[in-house]
Amino acid sequence: MVQGSSGAATEAGHFEPFLPGLIVLMPLLGFIANGYLSLRHARVSADAVRRGSEFDLGDASSRPSTHTLPTWIGPGVMAGAFLITLVNFSRMLGVHLEEAVVVHYWTWIATGTFSVEAALQLDQLSIIMMMVITGVGTLIHVFSVGYMKDDPGYPRYFAYLNLFVFFMLVLVMGSSYALMFVGWEGVGLCSYLLIGYWFSDREKADAGKKAFIVNRIGDVGFLVAMFLLFKNFGSVDFISIFQGADALTYGGELVTAITLFFFIGAIGKSAQIPLYVWLPDAMAGPTPVSALIHAATMVTAGVYLVARSSVLFALAPFSSAIVAGLGVLTALFAATIALKQNDIKKVLAYSTVSQLGYMFLGVGVGAYAAGVFHLMTHAFFKALLFLGSGAVIHSMHEAYHATHSHEDAQDMRNMGGLHRPMRTTCITMWVATLAIAGIWPFAGFFSKDEIIWYAGAWAGAEGAPYPELYTVYWILALVAALLTAFYMTRMMVMTFHGKNRTGEKEQEHLHEAPPVMWVPLTVLALLSIFGGWINVPEALSAGWAGLGGLLPMSEWLHHWLEPITAQAHHVQEVNLGKYSYYAPFGGGEALWAAISTILAGSVVFLTLQVVSRQKISAVKDDVTELSGFTKVLFNKYYVDEFYDRVIVQPILRMSRFCWKVIDAGIIDGAVNAVGWGSKGAGWLVSMFQTGSINTYAFILTVGVLFVLGASLF
Amino acid sequence: MNALLDSVGYTDWVLHALIWLPVLGIGLIFWAGEERAKKVAFWWSAAVFVLSLGLWWAFDPASGTMQMETTSPWIPQWGINYSLGIDGISLFMVMLTTFSTSIAILGSFNYIKAKERAFYALMLLLEAAVIGVFVTTDVFLFYVFFELTLVPMYFIVGIWGGERRIYAAIKFFLYTAFGSLLMLVGILFLFWKAKNFMGMPTFAYEDLLLVPLSGTEQLWLFSAFALAFSVKVPVFPLHTWLPDAHVEAPTPGSVILAAVLLKMGTYGFLRFLLPFFPLASQHPTVVTTMLVLAVIGILYTAWVAAVQPDAKKLVAYTSVAHMGFVVLGVFALNMNGLQGGLVVMISHGISTGALFLLLGMLYERRHTRQIADFGGIARVAPWFATAFMITALASIGLPGTSGFVGEFLALMGAFESHPMIAFFATLGVIFAAYYMLPMLQTVFFNKLETDENREVEDLNGREIAILSPLCALMIIIGCNPTPILERMEPSVRIVLERIEEAEASASVLNVIDIASPAQAEEVAQPEVRNQGSLSGLVDGEG
Repeated sequence: MVQGSSGAATEAGHFEPFLPGLIVLMPLLGFIANGYLSLRHARVSADAVRRGSEFDLGDASSRPSTHTLPTWIGPGVMAGAFLITLVNFSRMLGVHLEEAVVVHYWTWIATGTFSVEAALQLDQLSIIMMMVITGVGTLIHVFSVGYMKDDPGYPRYFAYLNLFVFFMLVLVMGSSYALMFVGWEGVGLCSYLLIGYWFSDREKADAGKKAFIVNRIGDVGFLVAMFLLFKNFGSVDFISIFQGADALTYGGELVTAITLFFFIGAIGKSAQIPLYVWLPDAMAGPTPVSALIHAATMVTAGVYLVARSSVLFALAPFSSAIVAGLGVLTALFAATIALKQNDIKKVLAYSTVSQLGYMFLGVGVGAYAAGVFHLMTHAFFKALLFLGSGAVIHSMHEAYHATHSHEDAQDMRNMGGLHRPMRTTCITMWVATLAIAGIWPFAGFFSKDEIIWYAGAWAGAEGAPYPELYTVYWILALVAALLTAFYMTRMMVMTFHGKNRTGEKEQEHLHEAPPVMWVPLTVLALLSIFGGWINVPEALSAGWAGLGGLLPMSEWLHHWLEPITAQAHHVQEVNLGKYSYYAPFGGGEALWAAISTILAGSVVFLTLQVVSRQKISAVKDDVTELSGFTKVLFNKYYVDEFYDRVIVQPILRMSRFCWKVIDAGIIDGAVNAVGWGSKGAGWLVSMFQTGSINTYAFILTVGVLFVLGASLF
Repeated sequence: MNALLDSVGYTDWVLHALIWLPVLGIGLIFWAGEERAKKVAFWWSAAVFVLSLGLWWAFDPASGTMQMETTSPWIPQWGINYSLGIDGISLFMVMLTTFSTSIAILGSFNYIKAKERAFYALMLLLEAAVIGVFVTTDVFLFYVFFELTLVPMYFIVGIWGGERRIYAAIKFFLYTAFGSLLMLVGILFLFWKAKNFMGMPTFAYEDLLLVPLSGTEQLWLFSAFALAFSVKVPVFPLHTWLPDAHVEAPTPGSVILAAVLLKMGTYGFLRFLLPFFPLASQHPTVVTTMLVLAVIGILYTAWVAAVQPDAKKLVAYTSVAHMGFVVLGVFALNMNGLQGGLVVMISHGISTGALFLLLGMLYERRHTRQIADFGGIARVAPWFATAFMITALASIGLPGTSGFVGEFLALMGAFESHPMIAFFATLGVIFAAYYMLPMLQTVFFNKLETDENREVEDLNGREIAILSPLCALMIIIGCNPTPILERMEPSVRIVLERIEEAEASASVLNVIDIASPAQAEEVAQPEVRNQGSLSGLVDGEG
């Protein structure tokens, strides 16, 4: 490894990166070690399967090393990566880093005209992402030890999970779009492997496949954007592109095209309309996977992409309007679907889609730091919600397992009253619920409010394009926030409160999660409370929301990310002027923050009252007939059915047509017709000779005669 | 390493040895007898591979011209020489050939149960012929080798193939022989022109490069050569021989067919089409046609592949799609495109070769290739599933595997010159997942239901020995292709320079519109002569 940093030294201080390669390498080594254990174990279990039985893991005390080592390797490499990241973070805190530090390892691809390095980039944005990935990632790995320990594929699970973190780190640390794409497709692969982790179940394997293919649609967008960048900049490195970005015309076709194609990639990876359909299905994977990949990290890659390319998006107001618009539409649309879902993970899945929409609204209105801020707080509270639901499902599953019942362990209609056996889980999940609902002073309040505020501030800004559009965005974002408060409270009530509906016998088996699972929940709960305080808006920090200045980190993240976003903000200021300080209907930031948190709080309170009084029946007793719009919502607007009929089936039909009619019929038919003709000719030749090999000799002879003839000239 | 190679005069004899050692091996096999034939064949081919490894070091990466050249007269009165040489384009083709041949032979131990001596002899004959194609610098000799490859392949399909082997063998033979006949006419025309121009008969590659050709002549000759090579590649719509040949061929036949025989077509593009007919090669109509055919090949065959019930046929169709990326890269006519195309050639050789080997192993276990007959195999054969997964991912071009590097560069190159066409080609990325993942799922995932599937054995030691170098190469090339790229770059540059020179001198004389013969005939003559001598200079520099 050759380390050479370019542009590392700045006047303001010197940032010496601490073993950045090792951060990436540790999860990779974890993958290799766990992968090896997994392959070793798989041979043993395959023998059992071949004999017609299943591999018996035995009780916890006498497990083979293939099932004890991953417990230490999996979370261990993550903790190591987190610690090294922490060292780098603290070093970066001490200096004012103006330029990204790039550490080169080797030249990855170099042709005569194109070259891209295998190099890692450390700057304020990537370090925040690394902290989230390794930090939340470590917690989820620890939780997984409890959640997955009885699964026969335990080492394989950790192998995939470690590999995922490796690719995710490459995604955020790569110093060029090409390297980012390596991580981009790599996390897609791991997502595919982990969604289809229980691959014997056809539905789960299908879900994995769907995720991969839908993601690849987005990847085409990413590729094309990269080609456009190369064609115009001769490079795909971040540094050289952003330096050259000044030459681009503001609002020009080129930069608009580049950003729109990138956004197609983001739509696929971050599950926005119209490519969100894979994410709800992705819940087929183990629940910690949903927490790590489909909530905290991978799905936010699209937001990271836009934030990373902030200069380009700032130069393309049209693209930014699209990003914000699709974002807020997705936020609202997914929130409505979440209203009527009964599967606890489905609620959370649509909630994730919806929250991702908020992040895109943020980066779409040029509030890049706010988008990243919400990305971070969302990673805390949504990971907590998923892990909490995992603890619930785990408990439900064991209860049904103990009584040999085949009821659905994920359906909230079978839950209720779980706060009694699962106190810690309940409390921590309430923290997350209040955070996502945007209740002061939880993390989500600060981050979501900032995004909504910026959308409104854009609407009133001088010189801003499409002001009416941004007013609409602002209203929709407020509405979606209220819906969020409703469906989350509904979920909590159905799961934890009211009468228990699990079943008489089963009830006794419900239990709190073991410490290895509830400790990560508690840590995440703390982060969900305090995580928002690092970025209290200036306008709020002195007032009530900042406890009169008691929360001191006023807009810390905002300032921290300034070296990344400065160029984009400069573009905005030059071309658009400044944000308005008033919302579209008057009132400053502090007022609207108060309004929104009071509204959200009221919704939570009302929902508690209403849903608690509703009569909910367990799945087997449920005879409710859905009708009208409720049915449409329950069936997710029939989007999957629509895609199947309009896209999937026609492509299949076209494929069959190409095969049967064009290939076998027309082309090969013509070939065979010629063949029959030449067979006749061949028969003439074979009057004297036998078989085709002699035809060949004949051809050669003719050739030689040609040569002879030619040489006579 | 170089000192060691120099001490034995490696560069003087290695190219001869690579052609003639396999031929010598044929004798050895017959001497060894039926029982020991496969072992002898494998170790012999492995030795040839090890010998060819020295090329990596002996090859001078800084030079793009022919290296290790040797010439001796063969039929002097017609100017035919036995002359060999290697450059950055053929280097990897040779190594790919020696590598795949030994891997394919090792992969046929269980598959080939009858007439083993004859089979392995033919494999070695095939190897000799293919290496001959890649290292000869005499156009006549090239043609001889090019056609000679048909003979062993014809018998391999026809004797050891499946049920419809005779149909497939004849189809393969006629299709390709028909294509090359026109090329022979083209070669003879070139020879005749060269004889007039140089005043002596010659088939030497360097000499034929100097022959002045009018635009019209270039177009006609281009068509003749392009047809021969396009059948081989195969370019849509000349591809229908390939699925039949693949399905009927025994595993090692399929491996060699995919790994190296198809490459002879795209190699021909790079070695002959572009340098011989630089004006025709960059004629807008020609370029657009070839690119559009490449894109149709990529998309259309991906669709057809996706609905194949037979796994081997599916992979055969994907070959056409992959070769479409090569054609796309080549007719991008820039560095990224050409180098990308070459990397796709290498990568496809490795990954598709591995896929055919894996399917062959599956066939040996289950005696079926119908995708629907399988299910849940990963539970009983996890190592098998892992190897298949890695190979499939390399095949669909996941970053970090060899497949990505090639496709990425080829697409990027095409995007530089023809963004719209390249955009449609990029959609192939989606459809690669669309054909590969369902097959992967149906065979290895889902429920393990039938007893036959339950009894499928996992990989044995020999199979692991076959697959691990293949999988390792996919990942190594994916992570660090630079050593390969830098070795091919100078040679690719020479091809491109030739095209640019032709364009430059043509545009000076305003004869880009070579489609109108009358006009082109007048002016093209002196100008192309000029271009010929220029490229002579370039060649001389190295």
